[in-house]
Amino acid sequence: MATVALKDLVKTFDKTEVLHGINLEVEDGEFVVFVGPSGCGKSTTLRMLAGLEEVTSGEIHIGDMMVNHLEPKERNIAMVFQNYAIYPHMSVRKNIGFGLRTAKMPKADKEKRIDEVAAILSMSELLDRRPSQLSGGQRQRVAIGRAMVRDPQVFLFDEPLSNLDAQLRTQMRLEIKKLHQRVGTTIIFVTHDQVEAMTLADRIVIMKDGYIQQVGTPTDVYQTPANLFVAQFIGAPSMNMLEGKLTDRGIALDAGFTIPAKPKNTSQDITIGIRPSELTPAKEGEPALMEGSVSVVEPLGSETLIYVDIGATEIVATVPGRILPELGAKVRLIAPEEEIHFFDTKTGDALK
Amino acid sequence: MSMTEIKPSAATLDKQLIASYSHINPGKIIRWTLLFMGGVVMVMPIVYMLSTSLKWPHEIYNLSIIPDEPTLENYIFVLEDGRFYKWFINSLIIATATTVSAVLFDSMVGYALCKFSFRGRMFVFIAILSTLMIPTEMLVIPWYIMARDFGWLNSYWGIMFPGMMTAFGTFLMKQFFETVPDDFLEAARIDGLNELQIWWSVAMPLVTPALSALAIFIFLGNWTAFIWPLIVTNSPDFYTLPVGLTTFSVEQSVQWELIMTGAALATIPTLIVFLVFQRYIIRGVVMAGLKG
Ligand SMILES: Nc1ncnc2c1ncn2[C@@H]1O[C@H](COP(=O)(O)OP(=O)(O)OP(=O)(O)O)[C@@H](O)[C@H]1O
Ligand SMILES: [Mg+2]
Repeated sequence: MATVALKDLVKTFDKTEVLHGINLEVEDGEFVVFVGPSGCGKSTTLRMLAGLEEVTSGEIHIGDMMVNHLEPKERNIAMVFQNYAIYPHMSVRKNIGFGLRTAKMPKADKEKRIDEVAAILSMSELLDRRPSQLSGGQRQRVAIGRAMVRDPQVFLFDEPLSNLDAQLRTQMRLEIKKLHQRVGTTIIFVTHDQVEAMTLADRIVIMKDGYIQQVGTPTDVYQTPANLFVAQFIGAPSMNMLEGKLTDRGIALDAGFTIPAKPKNTSQDITIGIRPSELTPAKEGEPALMEGSVSVVEPLGSETLIYVDIGATEIVATVPGRILPELGAKVRLIAPEEEIHFFDTKTGDALK
Repeated sequence: MSMTEIKPSAATLDKQLIASYSHINPGKIIRWTLLFMGGVVMVMPIVYMLSTSLKWPHEIYNLSIIPDEPTLENYIFVLEDGRFYKWFINSLIIATATTVSAVLFDSMVGYALCKFSFRGRMFVFIAILSTLMIPTEMLVIPWYIMARDFGWLNSYWGIMFPGMMTAFGTFLMKQFFETVPDDFLEAARIDGLNELQIWWSVAMPLVTPALSALAIFIFLGNWTAFIWPLIVTNSPDFYTLPVGLTTFSVEQSVQWELIMTGAALATIPTLIVFLVFQRYIIRGVVMAGLKG
């Protein structure tokens, strides 16, 4: 187990800078998830940590060692890849034991270690099978087993679940979480699925275009997003964004209504954000925040998504499943004042 | 990420076969006829080779396929003649050593060209490829001068050295290594293997179909090679089988029945090589189906 620190990490591929100074401290035993859209540099960061990509500038520390110039094998890390990278020509036992090939320990100890790991992953009966005789989830478990067997200081996962179907993905997610609770090793996990990030992470690192946007606990990033990007990226369906101008009476939104709030800002352009789940139908006689007509209704069982046209803007509200408004019906929506987020439209930064 | 779809089970294959038999149409008849004719053209020389090897000398210009008086006399003669064994062994040593060497070095170079990025990689690759454009006939003279100056005439090494590595094999292996995902190699790198170990125990097993195909090509090429072994040797002790067999023709008169007998015997190792490696090719294809 070890801490991990990234200091001003920069990566350049053929003169194109793809990471622009990443700073992050990961605590011992922490489960940190990198999340962000495709191409934002998550894998590159992870691969630099693993020693598979050279560091252009900046420092990587694992434990109290600067590892910039160490070979992957000298960093005492283990990595699980998106497409498992388990060897089709070897049995499960050989695959799991592969990481121990170069370890100096008696053969009997190695076998014992493989059996232990297989037991943790409940694969003991599968040890003599070939990968071709395993299901996708089992293959992924073999890959995790191969990473565990060496008892590394840090586990690195690069989108390990993205090749699995939805159900299996949920199940493996749970297993990885349990595994972390059990072995307590520091884990750095990359995904572009925000649900995976929210459910697994102690802390989430949200990246975009080679910059870290926000680092925080799942609750932090959900409740107090640092900027427009984070606000829209985290949470499904996405936060509703309405642009407007700061006036004497409050924020006059382009959608055609005004919110009586005056966040401090240097510019007049303000965007407000409201999560779909915070919007509820107003009671009879209660003053509504906004009004519009229903354009689409998506019943999901326990809840219903209703799309509402407010002027030229469309917003989404999540309402209890028993509410099924007719298309074109007028709805009046309210939201608690403290659940309205304010952002500077130009810079995207959150405002107090 | 197709894990299973490439592997139709034996049962479905059978069904497909049955289905294809039950739909006989004119297109199919034409296709089968052409294939049959092609097959006849391919098989005839082999049939004549076998038939001639079973004939007495006076009968060899008679074009009948079934000999009037079939005899094993020629086989007995060839097999009792010590030279045949000598040449057979020479060919076997040379073809085997060249195959092992070429498969090893071609795949090593192909791997390096495919999986490592270094300055001048493209240049090296193109330089290797461009040697494919030079026909053997043109290379024979420089090779000969080289062999003579180094004192390699009349030696195994002299026969083998031009084929110890091949441009074609390098190209083939480079292309096949492209199908090996980098993740496999990186996983091994993290697990602490050095580059040579990664090549040998991770990358090579993943390209066995290509290795088998290459081994077959190279073995057959060297087994049947004629021009270069003829030029670089003049002592019967170092003749390979194809070179040696022609000497049956110059002694008194052309002894076709003996040449054909030798040729028939010479096909045995090629058949064995093919049968042995073909199994690996099929297994390799099945294995490729589960690549993640
Ligand atoms: N070997 C490389 N050479 C050149 N550019 C690269 C290389 N690897 C990655 N990049 C670029 O670096 C950027 C970040 O890539 P990276 O693979 O880290 O993205 P990612 O966040 O992991 O995305 P995804 O979710 O699609 O996996 C991309 O713009 C990509 O094109
Ligand atoms: Mg990636």
